[in-house]
Amino acid sequence: MSNLLVLPILIPLCTAVLLIFLRGKLRLQRGISVVSSVLTVLMSILLTEHVHKEGILTLQMGGWAPPYGIVFAGDMFALLLVTAASLASLAILLYSISTIGEKREHYYYYTFYHFLLAGVYGSFLTGDIFNLFVFFEVMLISSYALLSLGGTRLQLKETSKYLLINIVSSTLFVAAVAYLYAAAGTLNMAHLSLRISEAGQGGVLNVIAVLFLIVFSLKAGLFLFFWLPGSYSAPPAAVRALFGALLTKVGLYAIIRTFTLLFVDNAGPPHSLILWMAAATMILGSLGAVAYKDIPRILNYNVIISVGFVVLGLAAGTRDSLDGAVFYLLHDILAKALLFILGGLIISAAGTDRLSGMGGMIRRYPLLGWMFFILALALVGIPPLSGFAGKLLIIRGALDAKLLTLSLIGLGSSFMVLYSLIKVFRQAFWGIDVEAERPMVSMKGSLAVAAGLLVLVAAIGIGAEALFAYVSQAGSVLASPEQYIQAIMKIKE
Amino acid sequence: MELVMALAIGILFTIGVYLILSRSLLRIVLGTSLLTHGVHLLLLTMAGLKTGSAPILGKAESYVDPLPQALILTSIVISFGVTAFFFVLAYRSYQVLGTDEMDSIKEAME
Repeated sequence: MSNLLVLPILIPLCTAVLLIFLRGKLRLQRGISVVSSVLTVLMSILLTEHVHKEGILTLQMGGWAPPYGIVFAGDMFALLLVTAASLASLAILLYSISTIGEKREHYYYYTFYHFLLAGVYGSFLTGDIFNLFVFFEVMLISSYALLSLGGTRLQLKETSKYLLINIVSSTLFVAAVAYLYAAAGTLNMAHLSLRISEAGQGGVLNVIAVLFLIVFSLKAGLFLFFWLPGSYSAPPAAVRALFGALLTKVGLYAIIRTFTLLFVDNAGPPHSLILWMAAATMILGSLGAVAYKDIPRILNYNVIISVGFVVLGLAAGTRDSLDGAVFYLLHDILAKALLFILGGLIISAAGTDRLSGMGGMIRRYPLLGWMFFILALALVGIPPLSGFAGKLLIIRGALDAKLLTLSLIGLGSSFMVLYSLIKVFRQAFWGIDVEAERPMVSMKGSLAVAAGLLVLVAAIGIGAEALFAYVSQAGSVLASPEQYIQAIMKIKE
Repeated sequence: MELVMALAIGILFTIGVYLILSRSLLRIVLGTSLLTHGVHLLLLTMAGLKTGSAPILGKAESYVDPLPQALILTSIVISFGVTAFFFVLAYRSYQVLGTDEMDSIKEAME
């Protein structure tokens, strides 16, 4: 069974390689992409179910016992994220088939798509810090390609910026790994955790922790998000949905994993830095979401707010808030995918991404409008929709940890999410129909995909009770990393 | 030996950062590749230098840790790929935007 752990990485990787040889055969490419995505979804659900019953899965590459070889570790947290990511990516794939255009499809769009997914799943499942770097790079280089594919002027400019920032942060990542190896003498995350807790976290290890925090924050858009709103606005809607749903979550996963497993000291300077960064991210993200008047930017700032909110759950560090962070991440992957898909549909229906050029679309696209409205409520956390359970747990955990100001900022940012999305809803769907002469845009297929995602988002909310059994298992590993360490290291004895 | 390595790393980082901060896209690409070279040397140095030892266990009395060399190899391959991509992107931007100066690219957009 543990050998199956590598399949979520292997399926997209092999698909991507296969698709390189099928250039020009677009129907075949689409078919294979969908089949491979469905397989990944099934595989990740199977693995999650297995971990739920039997405990953490580990796989040693080439039979090298840890800490010497490369280890893959599938705990509940990683596998829940893989499952959510595979569901979201399947939906975005279906959406992109109808919207991305044949020209991009000809230039290996699906190949890069699957390479990116392999990088994302790999980052979730790896148990080795250098391997995390490698999977980050797999993901990033595919994202560079997807970002620049199409080669419009805006895309070229934004890709240069995004590429440069990520090269510098990857360089810092390797430097941080080098320092960590010098300080602890190992790269296996479970082994690192043991070594660090033996040595005590102070001095040099705090510096290394902050270096890792900077690197992962750049990828996650935690406080260091200055590049995000611009870069994520450049590509077409499907790619935007993919980035908004998955890329920042990988950075978040890395932050949560390293700061619950390696640098667990809750009183040190890195910890208070995380608190401040979470607060600043939520405040600045809210300001951005309210200030801008074009849809891509409003949605991108919404991504930033949710990053701050999840990190608030990490920073509070209680059992409740960690459960909440996992819950909120799951909800956010699916809801953000849906948000960007609906945003893309609104833009294509209105023919502009400026709010000032829209109005009165509710008469012509009623389904789109009401789906957007329900999603806005879900993102704010109106029960029984999906955002509620995660938000409740995070805020409760933060209050238990005596973080009153931060909880208030978190709640305030929720209102800003509501305000910014209702602003989009009101401006685009109500008022005077400004483009009554515009021909109707056909979006049956995309709406079906969006409806499917909406059902999932609603299911997370309504089935929160059932899902909580899984989420609390993930939270318990985060709260007490001994389980993770034992699952990996016990094999050595 | 560590001192020499430290100096080399420092010089590579300095030149790399200087080039990244310049205006021409080509210089920026060169700067990033120098920066990654610096960080690879850092990786080698931090893992401990043992002059003249081979990374083979059991054949000699002292042996050197093979892990950093494996890491550097991986990292070099990745940085090759990214640098190649960056060069192509810079060339393409030059074709489409008609300039390789970051300031003018910004102006061309507005």
